[in-house]
Amino acid sequence: MLIVNTETIPGKSVVELKGLVQGNTVRAKNIGRDIAAGFKNMVGGELKGYTELLTESRREALSRMAAQAEALGANAVVNVRFSTSAITSGASEMMAYGTAVVVE
Amino acid sequence: MDDQLLTLGLYVGLPALFLGVGWFIGHLSETRHERSLQEREERLKDVEVTDMRNPPGFSNSSGQCMLVTGEAVIASDAFKTWVFGLKNIIGGESKTFARLFGRARREALLRMKEQAKELGFNAVCNVRIEGADIGGNASGTNGKRGSNMAVVMASGTAWLRA
Repeated sequence: MLIVNTETIPGKSVVELKGLVQGNTVRAKNIGRDIAAGFKNMVGGELKGYTELLTESRREALSRMAAQAEALGANAVVNVRFSTSAITSGASEMMAYGTAVVVE
Repeated sequence: MDDQLLTLGLYVGLPALFLGVGWFIGHLSETRHERSLQEREERLKDVEVTDMRNPPGFSNSSGQCMLVTGEAVIASDAFKTWVFGLKNIIGGESKTFARLFGRARREALLRMKEQAKELGFNAVCNVRIEGADIGGNASGTNGKRGSNMAVVMASGTAWLRA
């Protein structure tokens, strides 16, 4: 599965459009990370727990999107975009969406 | 008299200590981080980064490309938060927070470049940079007082430049 955020893939041409695919995940941060973040807010520095959380949720959203594209019979997803939204009660949603296509 | 001194110590000394420790460690880690950023940027400067969708040479390149991402979350320290609180009264640009966001942005871009280089690519195009609010932490929408942090995510398409 080829996943890119450009509209074209060099050396390949889009032969069929399979439609919009998306994958999302909502992840809550655990209490340990919250406490660590509170402490870090005194001295500053990177919040590694939150960075990992972002990386994990991006990977999860992308793999769900890829699974959806595969189910549609596509072999690539182009023009991928990410969006996030904060849901109350301390959880975040990460969403990845793109256009599933067949390239040759 | 002793009681008054103790109260004064509690109300002035503790916050001052808090701010002092925040300033000292925060400043130290900021300087160290910026130095490390500069070093790594120097090491990765052969990776060409652009936000163009179709940079010259892209459409007739080898055809190998892949989505790469990088993210960074950097917390503010007690001193920066306090300075911002003061700034918030009179308004204007907050250079300390601008610097904090600058660090987060450079870190996210660097991680994206590192990923591209590790996978054997030498250019990244169509780069997008965006912020996020983890669990309403920054805006305080989860009911708590918001904690100050810079969240930056970068993504782009890594490709092989001839």
